[in-house]
Amino acid sequence: MKLDAKIPSGPMAGKWEKRKFEGKLVNPSNKRKYNIIVVGSGLAGGGAAASLGELGYNVDCFCFQDSSRRAHSIAAQGGINAAKNYQNDGDSVYRLFYDTVKGGDFRSREANVHRLAEVSAAIIDQCVAMGVPFAREYGGTLANRSFGGAQVSRTFYARGQTGQQLLLGVYSALSRQIGAGQVRMHPRTEMLDLVVVDGHAKGIVTRDLITGKIESWAADAVVLATGGYGPVFYLSTNAVGNNVTAAYRAHKKGALFANPCYTQIHPTCIPLSGDHQSKLTLMSESLRNDGRIWVPKKQGDTRTPGDIPDAERDYYLERMYPSFGNLAPRDISSRAAKRACDEGRGVGPGRLGVYLDFRDALSRLGDDTIRQRYDNLFDMYERITGENAYNMPMRIYPAIHYTMGGLWVDYDLMSNVPGLYVLGEANFSDHGANRLGASALMQGLADGCFVIPYTIAEYLAGTAPGEVGTDHDEFKKSQNEVSDRIRALLSVNGKRSATSFHRELGLLMWEKCGMARNEAGLKSALEMIPALREEFWENVKVTGSGNDLNSELERAGRVADFLEFGELLVTDAITREESCGGHFREEYQTEEGEAMRDDENFSFVGAWEYTGETPILHKENLEFEEVHLAVRSYK
Amino acid sequence: MILTLRIWRQKHARDKGRFETYEMKGVSPDMSFLEMLDVLSDSLVDRGEDALTFDNDCREGICGMCSLTINGVPHGPDQGGTVCQLHMRRYKEGDTITIEPWRVSPFPVLKDLAVDRSAFDRIIQAGGYITTNAGSAVDANAILVPRADAETAMDAAACIGCGACAASCPNGSAMLFVAAKVSHLAHLPQGAPERAQRVLSMVSQMDQEGFGNCTNHSECEAVCPKEINVSHIAKINREFIRAAVKSIF
Amino acid sequence: MKQIAHWYLSSIGAKLVMAVTGVLLFGFVLGHMTGNLLMFAGPDAMNAYAHFLQEKGMLLLAVRAGLLAIFAVHIASAIRVHRQNRAARPEPYAVSSYLVTTYAARTIFVSGLIVLAFVIYHLLHYTLGVTNPEFLRMLDPQGRRDVYGMVITGFTNRAVALSYIVAMLLLSSHLSHGLTSLFQTLGLHGPKFKPLVNKVGPAVAIVIFIGFASIPLAVLSGRLN
Repeated sequence: MKLDAKIPSGPMAGKWEKRKFEGKLVNPSNKRKYNIIVVGSGLAGGGAAASLGELGYNVDCFCFQDSSRRAHSIAAQGGINAAKNYQNDGDSVYRLFYDTVKGGDFRSREANVHRLAEVSAAIIDQCVAMGVPFAREYGGTLANRSFGGAQVSRTFYARGQTGQQLLLGVYSALSRQIGAGQVRMHPRTEMLDLVVVDGHAKGIVTRDLITGKIESWAADAVVLATGGYGPVFYLSTNAVGNNVTAAYRAHKKGALFANPCYTQIHPTCIPLSGDHQSKLTLMSESLRNDGRIWVPKKQGDTRTPGDIPDAERDYYLERMYPSFGNLAPRDISSRAAKRACDEGRGVGPGRLGVYLDFRDALSRLGDDTIRQRYDNLFDMYERITGENAYNMPMRIYPAIHYTMGGLWVDYDLMSNVPGLYVLGEANFSDHGANRLGASALMQGLADGCFVIPYTIAEYLAGTAPGEVGTDHDEFKKSQNEVSDRIRALLSVNGKRSATSFHRELGLLMWEKCGMARNEAGLKSALEMIPALREEFWENVKVTGSGNDLNSELERAGRVADFLEFGELLVTDAITREESCGGHFREEYQTEEGEAMRDDENFSFVGAWEYTGETPILHKENLEFEEVHLAVRSYK
Repeated sequence: MILTLRIWRQKHARDKGRFETYEMKGVSPDMSFLEMLDVLSDSLVDRGEDALTFDNDCREGICGMCSLTINGVPHGPDQGGTVCQLHMRRYKEGDTITIEPWRVSPFPVLKDLAVDRSAFDRIIQAGGYITTNAGSAVDANAILVPRADAETAMDAAACIGCGACAASCPNGSAMLFVAAKVSHLAHLPQGAPERAQRVLSMVSQMDQEGFGNCTNHSECEAVCPKEINVSHIAKINREFIRAAVKSIF
Repeated sequence: MKQIAHWYLSSIGAKLVMAVTGVLLFGFVLGHMTGNLLMFAGPDAMNAYAHFLQEKGMLLLAVRAGLLAIFAVHIASAIRVHRQNRAARPEPYAVSSYLVTTYAARTIFVSGLIVLAFVIYHLLHYTLGVTNPEFLRMLDPQGRRDVYGMVITGFTNRAVALSYIVAMLLLSSHLSHGLTSLFQTLGLHGPKFKPLVNKVGPAVAIVIFIGFASIPLAVLSGRLN
């Protein structure tokens, strides 16, 4: 299969203009004849459903939560980047583009990233118009802050709830379209299959999570915006309901899955407290501005932190990265924490944690200043751990946070299956091997509100509306497959809950394919995952029936998909014999332990085709016309 | 810790429902409340019984999905937090904890502790938005918003739509939820053109959904996980008077 | 007109009506109390005041009719709001634990009903002379109606005096929530205002209680005779 990204020709800065001009259009009076399915209601999905509705298309939007306002975009804290240059500090579209390509460790597609930077300004305009209460200066203009090591202040924010405010903005726009009858919203409805007719995506099969009814929905195009696959690691900062099912079902129906091994690990999360743990909570990275990270110099030091004198503490980030110190990028500080714990110098229960100490900041700035800056975070920490960080250092540990990989899409955000579009975290395109802070919200809104409304017309213009109905054999076939699978899950009647399998898979993935990976570990994972999957289908216990609200059944179906997808992720990781961004292979590091990219052999997007047996790798070579390949250094 | 849990079990919307009592052993103080319920539910599955159904998703207090009334208080004893942020160190050996769903008519119980809150979505659909199509916006800094107004709008916009306000209200009123949205948009210049119509439509939808009337008990403010102030209810009342007067003249 | 009916039927409209009629009724309560306190100025002052009111004839009648109408609207709205509230919240929690609401707020409907019952009795007792027809025939030395004497005679009956005091207690409870609440309902409330407003209701309620209850207490203790 030849992967054609369909990048418009010409200079980088003109590509999107050119694409918009050359793309076919759908006549305004014809738009209502087209049905579009949008799965997911976060910034990308909700934004797409609302924007397509505004244009006059008929839209059906699906989400598994009880309301479209619950999508996990809501949990983003820090902010959203945009090249507005309101601060007059030298920001520009080009600089945002450049930072994002570099931050992605040169594994993203330049043209997509440039477009992202271009539309970033319009996103802020739109959000303000929708009533998002961004932080303001006294004069009434918008406030900015710097974020994630950027040298300019380009991040817009609404306290620590930027994701929530943006999502509620999108939710309100979507609500307007639902109220107007232009979008039909289907909450508590889970997509369980993609229906492909003659090679084109023509609909989906869903399960009504309240009645258990399996239903078919036909459309002229299908848009997936179903988020990332972080919970393949079981513990992550994601919502517990987040899953790979929709994307993975599309993959099984022919959509290529690109770069699944690119997973982002966030350095400042609250460590694990026990086997019962269901999720890891992120603490804003801003804490690293005033907190110092350290572990005891001695292995297995069980003294309370206050009893360890400075001479016996290792402020390892300050030692290893003197210029960035405690503000080293996410991947680098995460790995450093892991190394310290691997050396037996971890702290807290299970020894999987490092100290984030505010002692010096408290004595320098005083309790009041620290309280003003971080009080809500200190509160949150105390709520979860029962410890007061004003008196003793916080304990932190890295956790899975975001996944850069996703379904392969071309410049138009269409997958290799014609008519299937993939937006937001669910696609692979913009962040390369590592995502910069405050860029996820930007991408979600860009894809949903400012890209798909233009690019989908190209496909629709070449398609007669309503060609295929749900009476087509493919729908029946798909519905039967879905029903059979549900029956199969319910009839295993083994001894272990789906959660116990999920937990085991997660631990395996984290140990063999987490922050640092090596060939031996990955190979053993490739043996362990199929064995676990086999046991799942022989020994899982799903109580209840398929005809009502059954959270065990929902969970079991998602775990079954993770058990297949995990193998693909590991396969990708084993194939990528280099270290880049969130993918760190221990064999490929410099003498100082830094990641070593191999641009000569691995400057490609690895897109996997499902075959039922060994997946086939297709490569899309990445070319860098604008940003010159360089080694990221934070020394 | 060993705890006694009295949990509302209801097979489906039409089932009458009843309390079941479970003895819960080995509860760690580090567990979150929902993790404790996970453990209970898993043990039910092990015994071949129906798992416990309760809504939850983000488990960090922002999505608004979790919705349990614990010992008569929506979201439980900790102020300014959701159930998913509550940890078991709040309880002590031998405690009995009664867990119920939100109880207010417009939120019918679906199963066990999960309720249908689509009424809130319909209220927003009735007018909780600013009409602006993607692409039509002016430059963001062309609209100046005084900082104090932006802050007040943000206070109101912090609402996560969990429904605890209505669940806690002795009258089953959703006024704090509706007020938060109306107040958020009424404090911003962008919201001005639809200001009057918005409050009338949203209040009308709120009434149609069957919520009760606000008689100023302020229970909603006390349980709100985002600590939204009842002064926003005064604001929606002002907005209503203003809109009503305006539509006469 | 249709629009006005629509607002009235909405939940905020109903409460605005409650608040406005409540304020008017409170005005009456305040006036009534002030008049009653003339008891302490002696029989002449009291009877002169009563005579002054009764001379007004048609005007008095009109005021009374207006009051009755306001009262009726207040009660009708209360009943409707109360029924809607019960329908919205038919099932109580198995464990009931309120955090901030007051007893006065939760019982405002019941206290209202009891006050209503008292008002009916009170009218039959003193104003219409149904229970005690002899009251209407009592005259003072100037030939005016002897309201002063009537009150003394009425309250000498311990049961009557006690029931009057209890009713005033409930009226005060009703007002302590109602008076605070109406600021919120009329939108006259904000973070800066809140501490003050929250004290207004209870403070005024105490004044009203003392004002009314002082008379039967004074009669019972023999200070007024």
